[in-house]
Amino acid sequence: MTASITNTDGSATGGVAEDVPAKGTADRVRPGGRRGARGTAGTYLLLTLGAVAFLFPFYYMVVGSLRTTTTGDLSSAVPGGLTGGNYTAVNGAISLGRSLLSSGIMTVGVLLCTLVFGVLAGYALAQLHFRGRGTVFAALLLVQMVPFQLLTLPLYVLVVRDYGLGDNYIGMILPFAINSTAVFLFRQFFLQMPQSLFEAARIDGAGELRILWRIALPMARPAVLTAMLLTFIGPWNEFLWPFLVTKDADKQPLAVSLASFLSNLQGTVANPAGALLAGACVLAAPAVALFLLFQRHFTSTDIDSGVKG
Amino acid sequence: MTDSALTATTGRHTSHGDTAPRHGRFRSGTGALFVTPYVLFLVVVFAVPLGYTLWISVHRFYFTAPGTHADAPWVGLANYRDVFTDPVVGRAFLNIAVFLVINVPLTVLLALVLASALNAKIRFRTFFRAAYYLPYITASVALVGVWQFMFGTDGFVNHLLGPHAPDPSWLVNSHLAMPMIAFFVTWKQLGFFVMLYLAALQNVGAELYEAASVDGAGRVRQFFSVTVPGVRPATTLVVIYAIITGANLFSEPYLLTGGGGPDHASTSPVLLMYQKGIEQGHPDFAAALGVVLVGFVLVISLAARKLTERGN
Repeated sequence: MTASITNTDGSATGGVAEDVPAKGTADRVRPGGRRGARGTAGTYLLLTLGAVAFLFPFYYMVVGSLRTTTTGDLSSAVPGGLTGGNYTAVNGAISLGRSLLSSGIMTVGVLLCTLVFGVLAGYALAQLHFRGRGTVFAALLLVQMVPFQLLTLPLYVLVVRDYGLGDNYIGMILPFAINSTAVFLFRQFFLQMPQSLFEAARIDGAGELRILWRIALPMARPAVLTAMLLTFIGPWNEFLWPFLVTKDADKQPLAVSLASFLSNLQGTVANPAGALLAGACVLAAPAVALFLLFQRHFTSTDIDSGVKG
Repeated sequence: MTDSALTATTGRHTSHGDTAPRHGRFRSGTGALFVTPYVLFLVVVFAVPLGYTLWISVHRFYFTAPGTHADAPWVGLANYRDVFTDPVVGRAFLNIAVFLVINVPLTVLLALVLASALNAKIRFRTFFRAAYYLPYITASVALVGVWQFMFGTDGFVNHLLGPHAPDPSWLVNSHLAMPMIAFFVTWKQLGFFVMLYLAALQNVGAELYEAASVDGAGRVRQFFSVTVPGVRPATTLVVIYAIITGANLFSEPYLLTGGGGPDHASTSPVLLMYQKGIEQGHPDFAAALGVVLVGFVLVISLAARKLTERGN
């Protein structure tokens, strides 16, 4: 933690030493606390430039979606001529409500399957002994390295051509049904729980399903929340697979219908760029809102645990 | 209720030698039962499609309507020959190389610099973290829409550059289309790697910086002599993720540069699999291409791991 402060002092790049009170520099770096520890102006400049680069397209997206005429010139970066018309327009072209419903059904389906079957698998991998446990765990690690896109062609042949599940929610959900990263998270969490707790319950004659439901799961709430958030962004943002399995515009989730608006429906509205940005805002909003609400739980700590080694 | 039914089935599985504690052996069947849906999922979604791709890739395969059946004659390696002699396939792999050459160094450098900055004692850390992470959790399709508009011929960036704007514009310029995809992906995923490095930095001991400082190493020197080697495992992961992302590129060339344009300058193997396999009805060609791509990913990942872990 204090490493960067030490090295700032060492290289004397204008950093203020810890014990010396800031003299005339209070305008830039105000004392942050009793310790007065702070980064240098250069660090802030760097971080701010980064933040601008990351946030500007989002800002531009929102501002552009609210303008009566959305053009690319420099004045387009400042809000002006506010209107909600673009949202009405994109709604007319791709029916936002219905698209959102499709996205919602697909995402909720994945969340439910991951929650039920993922928790069961995670618990078994962490707390129960059975033949092939090592193999299943190895497979879990392996599939996270397999690029899903490579399986789309055979999956398309199987799901759409052989099983006839095109334009069907089951077909949309199937490849994502159980999120392996979530299973991994559940396993890691259940692994950390004290064995004695489970022993006691077993001696009392409780079945595993009951132990899982009454003891393990209530303790695992933070892990469940993190896993659900991670799982959410996958199907909600997914494009390729639902694009392949839904030909019927009434079944297409928002990512797919917005993409078709992007490639061939823009001519149908008066302010195409504004309507596109409005659609993009609607697609982005749920994930962004969840992220802002539960930011702490979105950290990749558990994925990193393999790295820390 | 169900619990007792579940435990009752366990008896059959207790015979094999297992070093697990007693209760574990007793619950053996329950564990197998709990994990069954997930195993079935892995079989249906991973194992069967993988096997099926291999099978399709050595047959002449046609799409048929659901329920009907067409013969698929064995053709040996003919599909692979077609893949290797197709110039567009070569172009797609070359594009992935261009992607990696831009994406990997840029991601490693920017993510490490931003993570080091975030690791300092600073204010508004939560804000900065959130800002960096935002593109990572947002749908590609939404962000591609914004980029397409910003980097369009009459877009914001060209207005900003005035006479210095490239002609033809960014996304329709055969020299810039693929680099633009690499920049877009770098931008979108950087936040994830910043967090990865930030976590890895917690393991680099403060005493190492102090020692380096005592030895007279400046800030830049410390960055390269202490920070960079300290986070090497994370760097390996970044490289492997980048290769997987590169091998998976689809939405970006399909949407951002209008189907891998101009003239295949930004096409990708997965986009070709879609175009050849599904649009043009040659799933056998696409399956062979998929197998080649998996082989390519494995070889490059192993090589990258060797390379980044050298010296450990």
